[in-house]
Amino acid sequence: MSVAVVFLPLLGAIIAGFFGRWIGDRGAQLVTCGGLLLAAVLGIVLFFKVAIGGDEFVTQIFTWIDAGKLQVNWALHFDTLSAVMVLVVTVVSAMVHVYSVGYMAHDPSIPRFMSYLSLFTFFMLMLVTADNFVQLFFGWEGVGLCSYLLVGFWYDRPTANAAAIKAFVVNRVGDFGFALGIFAVYYIFGTLHFEEVFKAAPDQAGLTMNFLGWQVNALTCTCILLFVGAMGKSAQIGLHTWLPDAMEGPTPVSALIHAATMVTAGVFMVARFSPLFEYAPIALAVVVVIGGTTALFAATVGVAQTDIKRVIAYSTCSQLGYMFFAAGVSAYPAAIFHLTTHAFFKALLFLGAGSVIHAMSGEQDMRKMGGLWRLVMITYILMWIGSLALAGIPPFAGYFSKDVILESAWAAHSGVGLYAFILGTFAAFLTAFYSWRLLFLTFHGAPRADHETMHHVHESPVVMILPLVVLATGAVVAGFLGYHSFVGEGREAFWRESILVLKPHDSIEGAEHVPAIISFLPLLMALAGIAVAWLSYIYRPGIPAAAARMFRPVYLFLLNKWYFDELYDFIFVRGAMLIGFGLWKGGDGAVIDGLGPDGLAATTQRAAVGTSRLQTGYVYHYAFAMLIGVVLLVTWYLAFQVR
Amino acid sequence: MLQIGLSHYLTVASILFTLGIFGIFLNRKNVIIILMSIELMLLAVNINFVAFSAFLHDLVGQIFAMFVLTVAAAEAAIGLAILVVYFRNRGTIAVEDINLMKG
Amino acid sequence: MIIQALAFYLFAIVAVAAGAMVVTARNPVHSVLFLILAFFNSAGLFVLLGAEFLAMILVVVYVGAVAVLFLFVVMMLDINFVELREGFLRYLPIGGMVGLVLLAELFLVFGAWITVPDVASAVTAPPAPQASNTAALGLLLYTRYVYVFQAAGIVLLIAMIGAIVLTLRARVGVRRQRIAGQIARVRTQTVELVKVRTGEGV
Repeated sequence: MSVAVVFLPLLGAIIAGFFGRWIGDRGAQLVTCGGLLLAAVLGIVLFFKVAIGGDEFVTQIFTWIDAGKLQVNWALHFDTLSAVMVLVVTVVSAMVHVYSVGYMAHDPSIPRFMSYLSLFTFFMLMLVTADNFVQLFFGWEGVGLCSYLLVGFWYDRPTANAAAIKAFVVNRVGDFGFALGIFAVYYIFGTLHFEEVFKAAPDQAGLTMNFLGWQVNALTCTCILLFVGAMGKSAQIGLHTWLPDAMEGPTPVSALIHAATMVTAGVFMVARFSPLFEYAPIALAVVVVIGGTTALFAATVGVAQTDIKRVIAYSTCSQLGYMFFAAGVSAYPAAIFHLTTHAFFKALLFLGAGSVIHAMSGEQDMRKMGGLWRLVMITYILMWIGSLALAGIPPFAGYFSKDVILESAWAAHSGVGLYAFILGTFAAFLTAFYSWRLLFLTFHGAPRADHETMHHVHESPVVMILPLVVLATGAVVAGFLGYHSFVGEGREAFWRESILVLKPHDSIEGAEHVPAIISFLPLLMALAGIAVAWLSYIYRPGIPAAAARMFRPVYLFLLNKWYFDELYDFIFVRGAMLIGFGLWKGGDGAVIDGLGPDGLAATTQRAAVGTSRLQTGYVYHYAFAMLIGVVLLVTWYLAFQVR
Repeated sequence: MLQIGLSHYLTVASILFTLGIFGIFLNRKNVIIILMSIELMLLAVNINFVAFSAFLHDLVGQIFAMFVLTVAAAEAAIGLAILVVYFRNRGTIAVEDINLMKG
Repeated sequence: MIIQALAFYLFAIVAVAAGAMVVTARNPVHSVLFLILAFFNSAGLFVLLGAEFLAMILVVVYVGAVAVLFLFVVMMLDINFVELREGFLRYLPIGGMVGLVLLAELFLVFGAWITVPDVASAVTAPPAPQASNTAALGLLLYTRYVYVFQAAGIVLLIAMIGAIVLTLRARVGVRRQRIAGQIARVRTQTVELVKVRTGEGV
C-alpha cells in the first residue's frame, strides 16, 4: 500500500505523459485524477494506520548504491511525520488535479499539464517518505525540476521562461548548500541513512571540523548548510526572489507547488532533521532569525502588490517564515501543524483566486477588478473562509496553528525568540490587512473592469468548485481537530520518534503557560488589520492613495520588493555576464582561438608571406643566397669542426 | 714577400673570385655584367688550378683548366644567345626588369 | 728572383684592378675591355707559373673569342647607358660584408695550409721530363684523357647548335637562294618557244 501511494502518481504521469496523444485530453485527465484520488484515499488510510494507529514501518524497494562504505537504498519510511505529509500532499494534489480539469479545459496541452502535476506529486511523495539523504535529495531535485516545467508550462511566453529559469537557478543555489550539507553528514557520520545518523547525532555534538579553513562546530555547520537548501526551496529572505515570478505558471500550479507542497519541503526537512538540529543551537538561532525576518519582509511587500496572485505568493512566503521560526525555537510540531493548515487554506485561496481570474477572463490586476461579490457568491464565501483561516480568526484552522507558533516563540525565552515574536506579531497585523485588502479590492466597490469583461463574469463550474469546498472544509476543521494531537497534550504520543525535541528546548510546553495577553495579541492584531483594511478600502477609499503619496519612497520600496531583484542583478547577474563575456572574448577568443586554430592559421600565413618574400624573381638574389650559404658553411667548419 | 709562393697565387685567385661574386649581386646595371662576372670567377678558378699544378708538379691541374676554359666558352656563348633572344622579346636587359620568377 | 717577384706583383695588381673595374665601370663596353685586360694579365701569371700553353690558349680563346663575342653583343644590344639605374650602394653594406667574410675565410684557409709530406707520391700526372709544356700536355691529353677531350668537343658542338637554335629567326622578306630548286629546274618549265610573226610583238 505504501508503494502504491507513492508510485500511483508516477504511473499516472507516465501514462498521461507518453501516451497522452492516444488517450486524448479526457483520458489523460481521468488517468491522473483517478490515480491521485486513489492515492489520496490510501494516504488517508495510511495516516490513520501510521500516525494515529502507531504502526510505523519501512518498505525496502531495492538497493541503489553499494560502493565501499557507502550504501544507499530506495526505501519508503513511514512514520508520523511522513504520514502527515503524505496526507497533505495527496489530498491537496488530488484537489488540484480535479480543479485543473476545469481550469485548464481550454488549454491545448492538457495531457502534458496533468502529467507534470502527477510527476510532481510523485517526487514530493518520494521526498517525504525518503529513508536516507540521497533519496530525499532525489525528491528535492525532482520537485525543483517539476516546478521549472510547470512554471514554464506556457513556454511561448518569454516571461514564463525567464521565471522558470529563475526559479530553477535560485533553487540551485540553495541546493548547493544542501549538497554540501549532505557531504558534511557523510563526512561526520560515515552513513547517509536517517536512522543511523539520528542515532549517532548526540555523540557528535561537540565535534569540530574544518570548513574553508576555520574550525567550526560540525553539527552547526552541517545544519546551517542544510538550512541553506531549505531557504532556497522555501523562498526565505535572500533566496526568495523566484517565488513571485513563479506566478507566471497556471494557477493550479501556484496552488499546489508554491503554496501547499514544494515550498513546504524546506520546513519538512528541518522537522525531519530535528534530531540533528536539536544538537546545533546556533543553527536553530539562525533559522529563527531568517524565518522571522522573512515573515515580516514578505508581509510588507505583499501590502503594496497589485497582482492578486502575487499578494497570495508573498503571503505564502511570509507564512513559511512563521513555520521556520517555529522550527527554530524547537516547536517542530507547531511548524508542521501550521504547514498542514496552511496547505489547506492557502491552496483554497490560490484556487479561489484562479476562479476569480477565470471569471474575469484572465485579468489578474486587482486595480481592474471590483464589484464581483454578488456575481460569484460561492467563490466569494470560500475566499472569506480562506482569509479568515489565514488571518488566524477562531475557530478557523489558522488561529490554532499560528497562535501556538507565536506563543512558542515567546516561551522560548531567548533573544531570537523574542525577535521572532515581535516580527511575527506585526506580520500578523499586516497579514490580515493585505488579505482583506485583497478581498475588498477584488470583490467590493464599483466595478473597475470594462463592461465586456463584467458581462462575462460567471461562477466557476462544479468541477472547480468542488475541490474548493473540500479544501475549505479542511481550512475550517483541521485546526481544532488536529490541535490535540499535533501540538496539544497528545503530541508526544502522536509524533513519537519522528520529531526530536530536547527537554530544555521544549517551547511548546512553555507555550501553554504564557500570559493571557500574549496569547490574545495575535488575534487582536488580526482584528486591527481587518479594521484598517475596511477603513482604507471601503469607508474612505482615498486613504491608500494618500498614504502612498505621502510616504512615496516607502511605498516604492515596498512595491519594488525591497529592491532585491535589482540588487541581485547588479551583484550577480552583471558580474556573471561580465565574467562570461570576458571569458568568451578574452579567454576563448583571444587566448584559445588566438593561440590555437586561428593563431596557428594566422601564424602559418604570416610565415608563408614572409617566406615568399625570398622569391623575388631576381636571379642574382638567388645567387647571393647561395653565396651566403657557402659562407655560412665555411664559417661553420672553420669555427666548430676544425680541430 | 719576394719569394713568390703558392699562397700568393691563391690570394690573387680568391680576390678575383670575390670580385666576381660582387659583380653578380652588386650590379644594378644589366645582365652582361653578370655574365662577365661569371667569366671572372672561372678565371680565378683557373688560376687556382694552374698554381697548384705548378707547385705540386702535377699536370692534371692544367688539363682540367683547359676543360674549364672549354666549358666557360660554351657557356658564354649560350648565355649571350639567351640574352640576345631575351632582349628581342623584352626590349631591355636591365636587371630589375627580370623578375618573372617572382613567387 | 726580383724580376719574377716584380712581374708577379705587376700582373697581379693589374689583374685585380681590372677585375674591379669590370664590375664598376659605367659603360658596358669599358667593362668588356677591362675584362680583356684582366685576361691578358692572367695569361702573364700563367706564363710565370710555367704553363705557357695554357696562357696562349687563354689569350686565343678567351680574349679572341669570348671577349669579342661579348663586345659584339654589347654593341648589338641597344643599351642606353645614360639612363641605367644605379642601385649599387643599396646592397653594398650587406653584400660587401658577406664578400669580405668569404675573403677572410679564404685567407684563413690558405694561411693554415699544410702540405702533406708525401703528396709527391700522390701526383696523378707528372710532367714528362725533357718535354716542353705543350708537348707534355699533348702527351697526356690524347692518351689518358682522350675521352674527356672528345666530350669537350661534343659540349662545344652542342653549345654551337644551341646558340644557333636560340637566336635564329626567320626573317620576312629576305630573299635567299634555294640551290636545290635552281638545280632541279626543267627546261619545259622555264623556256617556252613562241612563233612570232614579223612586225608583231609577243
